[in-house]
Amino acid sequence: MQELDVEVLSISVDSIFVHKMWNDHELSKMVQDGIPFPMLADQGGDVGRLYGVFDEEGGTETRGRFIIDPDGVVQGFEVLTPPVGRNVGETIRQIQAFQLVRESQGTEATPSGWKPGKKTLKPSPDLVGNVWKEWKVSEAFNE
Amino acid sequence: MPEEFKAGCQRPSSRQTSQPQTIEKEETAIKEEKPPMIKVGKPAPDFTLPAFIKGKFANVSLSEYKGKWVLVCFYPGDFTFV
Repeated sequence: MQELDVEVLSISVDSIFVHKMWNDHELSKMVQDGIPFPMLADQGGDVGRLYGVFDEEGGTETRGRFIIDPDGVVQGFEVLTPPVGRNVGETIRQIQAFQLVRESQGTEATPSGWKPGKKTLKPSPDLVGNVWKEWKVSEAFNE
Repeated sequence: MPEEFKAGCQRPSSRQTSQPQTIEKEETAIKEEKPPMIKVGKPAPDFTLPAFIKGKFANVSLSEYKGKWVLVCFYPGDFTFV
């Protein structure tokens, strides 16, 4: 994320003191020098409610992930129930795609299966009905 | 930059969101008046929360990060996998 110039904010209903304990006692053993981004404490779940990820019954927050652009606009999100972890690689791919589209000022779009190095599409009236010439279904699945 | 604060015995009470009128009401009121759904292409609601940042405690607002790409990750709890 640092390479992509993306700022990460993690949020749970735990207090900042528990965040410190988790960082100091466990996470710092997984990540050298500990967690490099702010770990936010949403005790009471107000921000979780605002983002639709607060579980009123469990009193915790589900695995919600929001990509926000430099204008403060939500570009994408994904919310999972707790037992299933995220695919960080897919998050990175989406950020790379959103950054490319933004840098092209909307002149390029990334088709299904796009990843860095693969062909983008240039939306225009001429492309309508002609995507089949530019993009093959197999590209959605190609590694 | 986030403003650091000292670790006191009191719980930091700096919670703020951009929709305080819905949030500050009683529990029942929240259920009737749900906050707006998050939508892609729409502004992310601002918030301010106390945070642990590299050994320090500070308040962090989403709005401080204007001009940068931000990834906000919620998770069920510390000491679980993320």
